[in-house]
Amino acid sequence: MLLIRCPYCEEERPELEFRNAGEAHIARSANMAGESDDDFEKFFFIRSNPKGIIYERWRHMHGCARFFNAVRDTVTDKFVMTYKAGEPKPTKLPKNSNEVVAK
Amino acid sequence: MAKAAARKTAPAASPSVERRPALAGRSTTAASVKVEVLPPAERVSLRAPEASVAALSKALGVTLPNKPKTAAANGGRTALWLGPDEWLVIDEADNDPLADCAKVSALHSAVGVSHRNIAISVTGAGAAAAINAGCPQDLSLDAFPVGAASRTILGKTEIVLLRTGNDAFRVECWRSFSDYVFTLLSEGSRDAAV
Repeated sequence: MLLIRCPYCEEERPELEFRNAGEAHIARSANMAGESDDDFEKFFFIRSNPKGIIYERWRHMHGCARFFNAVRDTVTDKFVMTYKAGEPKPTKLPKNSNEVVAK
Repeated sequence: MAKAAARKTAPAASPSVERRPALAGRSTTAASVKVEVLPPAERVSLRAPEASVAALSKALGVTLPNKPKTAAANGGRTALWLGPDEWLVIDEADNDPLADCAKVSALHSAVGVSHRNIAISVTGAGAAAAINAGCPQDLSLDAFPVGAASRTILGKTEIVLLRTGNDAFRVECWRSFSDYVFTLLSEGSRDAAV
């Protein structure tokens, strides 16, 4: 079982307590009615789906119930880091990400 | 408050208003674990911002914990940290925590959930092993010491777990899940080899 670090509970918890909530850092337009069809499609439907590092929202559903953001590797399924909702997208990831997760 | 008054004056004579507690009287005793249903208690689901915590703690008579996975108890009343602004307050001394919260003018949301939850006690040397039959959390004393509390899962249901002693846990679950939770804990207790 994967252990995911919840930034609010400040510890690693079993994956069964968590739910994925889609890609993170997708800003909703302040003027939704003024969006063009193409822009709305981009916001609403188009996701990056990368091979490798992805930034996702997760929710500690059966714990503190809080949403937070996680950086995950879609190839290895390993969590590189997690951070609280509202915090900026980390520009630098931990160098030896495997160690951080295996801790 | 109205609810508390009604509770004390409600006629117990008429069978149509008689409250039938879920699981009342059920218990399982295995080699090293005892699973029992605990008597009804008053419960409040409390949400409050940081600024209201001091006033609410004073009114409730128990300091609301602000550290994850902890609980605080005083005079038969226990406050369990569930989230950064969320607590479950359990009163076993037959006082009404909802009425105490109602006296506080600071911003908060207190919802009475006394009859939403059923409490099950799991005690004995194999208590942690019995709960681990369906709960993935690390329940060693290092990771989950006495007084630790957490919302988590047990099999397919969500529970709130409180460690009341080295070999004693209180499992809070929703009433409609209680049959499943009790049965799973009973099965777990039979499997809990020490």
